[in-house]
Amino acid sequence: MPERTAVIASRVGLHARPAGIFVAAVGELPLEVTIAMAGEPADDAMDASSILSIMSLGASNGDTVVLRAEGEGADEALDSLVKILETDLDAE
Amino acid sequence: MRTIVQTLPGKASTDKSETGRTFAGVGVSPGRIIGPILLMPQAVREPAMGERLAEGTSPEEASTALRAAAKAVQINLTTRSVGASGAGREVLEATALMANDPMLIKAAVKLITTGASAERAIWDAAASVAEMLHNLGGYMAERATDVLDVRGRIVAELRGVPAPGIPYSDTPFILVGEDLAPADTATLDPAKVLALVTSSGGPQSHTAIIARALGLPAVVAAVGVDSLTDGTVVFVDGAVGTVLVDPGADEVALAKAWETTTAALAVFDGTGRLKDGHLVPLLSNVGGTTDAVKAAAAGAQGVGLLRTEFCFLERDTEPTIAEQVEAYRGVFDAFPGKKVVVRTLDAGADKPLPFLTDASEPNPALGVRGYRTDLTSPGVLERQLAAIALAAEGTEAEVWVMAPMISTAEEAEHFAGLCQAAGLQTPGVMVEVPSAALTAASILGHVHFVSLGTNDLTQYAMAADRQLGPLAALNTPWQPAVLQLIRLTVAGSRDEGHDKPVGVCGEAAADPALAVVLVGLGVSTLSMTARALSPVAAVLASVTLAEAQQLAALALTAHSATDARRIVREKLPILSTLGL
Repeated sequence: MPERTAVIASRVGLHARPAGIFVAAVGELPLEVTIAMAGEPADDAMDASSILSIMSLGASNGDTVVLRAEGEGADEALDSLVKILETDLDAE
Repeated sequence: MRTIVQTLPGKASTDKSETGRTFAGVGVSPGRIIGPILLMPQAVREPAMGERLAEGTSPEEASTALRAAAKAVQINLTTRSVGASGAGREVLEATALMANDPMLIKAAVKLITTGASAERAIWDAAASVAEMLHNLGGYMAERATDVLDVRGRIVAELRGVPAPGIPYSDTPFILVGEDLAPADTATLDPAKVLALVTSSGGPQSHTAIIARALGLPAVVAAVGVDSLTDGTVVFVDGAVGTVLVDPGADEVALAKAWETTTAALAVFDGTGRLKDGHLVPLLSNVGGTTDAVKAAAAGAQGVGLLRTEFCFLERDTEPTIAEQVEAYRGVFDAFPGKKVVVRTLDAGADKPLPFLTDASEPNPALGVRGYRTDLTSPGVLERQLAAIALAAEGTEAEVWVMAPMISTAEEAEHFAGLCQAAGLQTPGVMVEVPSAALTAASILGHVHFVSLGTNDLTQYAMAADRQLGPLAALNTPWQPAVLQLIRLTVAGSRDEGHDKPVGVCGEAAADPALAVVLVGLGVSTLSMTARALSPVAAVLASVTLAEAQQLAALALTAHSATDARRIVREKLPILSTLGL
């Protein structure tokens, strides 16, 4: 299954506005995307389209997360999501 | 001080039997206005524990209904977020996403398949999510409230009843409810709400404070008013404290006259003085740069109270020194050459800050709040003082600093020491605990000034919770006991020997009649919400110092708060002329 790692760039971590932007982007994809903290088993990964899951993940600025997706266009989709996570969304 | 006379568009639904009915309450913010009411919906009732699917409803049907309700709530919140701005918009966007969250809905659907009703399923699913967020602490814990808010909305949607919270309408209305919570007042749109009327709450309730800040006429403790129906047209008199159903020509004339008055009262020339020229600087209470700029434009002669905790209420961690410097400097820059009194973080009781206060205290008003948080979180206060000193560097404002919730001269001495170490030259303290009023002379031996916080001083002197409607009559600064404590504070300043300044920065200063009494008691400056500056200035200009002293003496010896207020108001004819 294609996967990518991303380092959270937003100063507030992955919640509040940055989490909202990320979840909205996942929601527009025709794929199921999961998110987990780096080092956590893939079975424990959370639904990346759920703002509540993302918030309970508790990823802070500088933490590494793993995104996974399967299906057509998964690689491109994951690349675009990594880009969102690695931008300081709170500064914009 | 709204000036619009609003008529109901077409569909009058007033119950004729209510015509002419008057509800008497407590006027907390002046203004006379006519408009249709909208009731604050009842809080959403919890579905019965273990409520099952109704007979004939399959789990699939219930799940579909739940998904549709969640989607509807999401769309409603998203639509509203488009019209909102700033922090309000972000909150609405985030809660809109929560309403239709896949994790939340999946958990609820799972409960439905075991036979739970859709309402009970979403209730329990959201409760688990909220508990999980709460256990994560900090910022996440604060979001637990949003999940519960969304839950209420979904249940209301499933039941086909109005969503909880302030009703949403395209046309302006008079908001009627039992009482407003701080969370409700944050979402109140002053462009849509003409006046506030509550059946409960007191003069110091959040409803009253927000009404005065927004300049909305308001009546609280108007028992029975929440039995009226949506769309009923009423006349609200926020000075007298009455609500009249189906107003006639007289009230229309009064509302029109108020319109003229507000136009005349809209200007304050920037110098507070009595008829005889005795100067009483009128300052403003502000919560940040936006307020400060508005206050300066309204003619405020400085800031008598900068509520620093308002810059940080959304925070789950202590703000950095750099962030604090930025927040304070904006306020200082708005008042070059003028006094700005910075109050150090006043967290606790009704203003909890997660990084300072313990939410589990049984008596938060008597707990570790204000200056006392220095006992449990040492260092925060010193870093804040360092930030204030840094922000003051290079600005032209005259920066004074004061600590909230001081009870003893020892505490005042300790605070003055911290200020000196930070390089801040003008330390002071608030007098809001009766013990501080009684020992003002020794307290002023250590600091340069005191400022009376009349809201808390009243609640502590009368042992009456500010938020409780049934205690509204006790909870007014017109209480002769509260006026005595103010008199003693001024006497303490004289006894100390240097006539150090005694100011008032509580809600009392914004009441034009009470402002006269305060000046008569010897208070040297008054600080208030910017909107109160011009009415207070107009009334002060109508009396001499000797007259103000006579009125103060009458109020001090009155038998009750009601008598004190009535006697003083009768001697100030300008109040009825202006409709204040």
